[in-house]
Amino acid sequence: MSALRREDVAHVALLARLTLSDEELDLFTGQLAQVLEHASDVAALDLEGVEATAHPFGLVNVVRRDEPQPTLDRDEILAMAPDAEDGRFAVPRILGEDQ
Amino acid sequence: MTLSEGWEMVVGLEVHTELKTRTKMFCGCPNEFGAPPNTHVCPVCLGLPGSLPVLNERAVELAMAIGLALHCTIAPSTFHRKNYFYPDMPKDFQISQYDRPINANGYLDLIDHSRVRIERAHLEEDTGKSTHLGGSGRLHGADHSLVDYNRSGVPLVEIVSAPDIRSSAQARDYASELRAILIATGASDGRMEEGSMRVDANVSVRRADAPFGTRCEIKNLNSLRSLQRAIDYEAARQVALLESGGVVRQETRHWDEARGVTATMRVKEEADDYRYFREPDLVDLAPDAAWVERVRSGLGPLPAERRAALLTLVGEVSEAQLDVVATVVDAGLDAIVRGAIERGVDPSLALSRAANELAPDQGSITREGFAETLLMEQRGDLSATQSKAVLATLVDTGGDPHAIAADRGFERLSSDSLEGVVGDIIDQHPDEWGRYREGDDKLAQFFVGLVMKATRGQADGKAVIAALSARRG
Repeated sequence: MSALRREDVAHVALLARLTLSDEELDLFTGQLAQVLEHASDVAALDLEGVEATAHPFGLVNVVRRDEPQPTLDRDEILAMAPDAEDGRFAVPRILGEDQ
Repeated sequence: MTLSEGWEMVVGLEVHTELKTRTKMFCGCPNEFGAPPNTHVCPVCLGLPGSLPVLNERAVELAMAIGLALHCTIAPSTFHRKNYFYPDMPKDFQISQYDRPINANGYLDLIDHSRVRIERAHLEEDTGKSTHLGGSGRLHGADHSLVDYNRSGVPLVEIVSAPDIRSSAQARDYASELRAILIATGASDGRMEEGSMRVDANVSVRRADAPFGTRCEIKNLNSLRSLQRAIDYEAARQVALLESGGVVRQETRHWDEARGVTATMRVKEEADDYRYFREPDLVDLAPDAAWVERVRSGLGPLPAERRAALLTLVGEVSEAQLDVVATVVDAGLDAIVRGAIERGVDPSLALSRAANELAPDQGSITREGFAETLLMEQRGDLSATQSKAVLATLVDTGGDPHAIAADRGFERLSSDSLEGVVGDIIDQHPDEWGRYREGDDKLAQFFVGLVMKATRGQADGKAVIAALSARRG
């Protein structure tokens, strides 16, 4: 596994629309590198002959019937949001996608 | 429309269809278009902490029905999180299928007998609906946005074609045939204007037999007509760009219906940027053979087969009648039309009355009511206008066509009284009659209109024209 670069962290921060200072970038690059290093311990194991699993449980096809359940009260949920207008959640200007 | 000499367009379509379930994909909120904003929401589709998704059985079955109708292989599949930053998904990710879709490797045969391969048809959830305020109403320049999460979590199937399409007309035929299949399987109502079926087009151009060019993805195609126009525009744009020495940049473009152009929306995010990873809150989906067979046995005949069945009854058909047959099948009116033809109604009459007076929805009219009304029209007991009025009433409220006709005072106009009315009208309009006699045939409609007015629609237009011609000699 190649080492985590500062640019990778900056890129991930951009995707999450986080503004990180230079100090924070250094800090998180170090911290994230440690997390990845931990994952590489698993990669180092000899897994020859071990079948890949999608999920720790052997269950498949867990489904529910297509039957309506009660919904939440709109006033109650809009009251939990920082801002609402016209029955809808109001959110700040969405950053231009073409940046 | 054709491209300039030596160029070929290469098109693949991605069709998203909302599934006609009662509830959402991962929660029990109603799946229903047009409800007041944020009234169909719960902790799961609002992405509240601690909520967990549970898959809707019916959504899986409808997805399998689509896959089977498109000759796909149904395989064990998994769900992934597609992460992106946008307020239309409150969780900040959309649950989708990534490397192991439920349906793969199918095909769709079009009316012109060309075959378009289907790469995959996978399950995913729809996003909420955002409205941008201020600016032009588009994202760019908006002050702030309002979000309605009623649509968030509605089950979708995304059907991805191979890049096998070579003209905008073929793209239109593909979307139209796919729509017919979605409706016939009961998976979707196929309403493009309501967004229950949405089409994105991947368009590139190349010199004949050259490798594929760089593609652009076109969004905001809200009708079959805009699909066709947008593809033509985009292919011509790329050819002009390449011929003038430019290069095509891979990007997502927005179709502007009013201006008839595509414009850059965003430069394509790489798949890596979505940071797909397994949805840990859902287990695998692995329908066994018995489940697949149950779904397969529930599939009725598909549109191509139903059109063929109708065509054998109709016999010789014109190009225009082929469209009428398709309309009748799409509206699910083939059974009622077949019933009328079997009772002796002229096939052309049955088709055109079904397509024009009944579609898109037959309402309360029964097979008997439809056939009986058309037989009355055929015998001359009802004029065309009266027959249409009776059909409209039957669609609205149902009932007995004879009673409706009697109630509306629709009586057969005897040929004597028709002759009398025609004679009176001619006497009242000697100038027009003179010009008609000298060969100005356009005036026939003038007289038909007056006779219709005088008889309050009881006269049969064809009989009036026959009476006029007979008098002209």
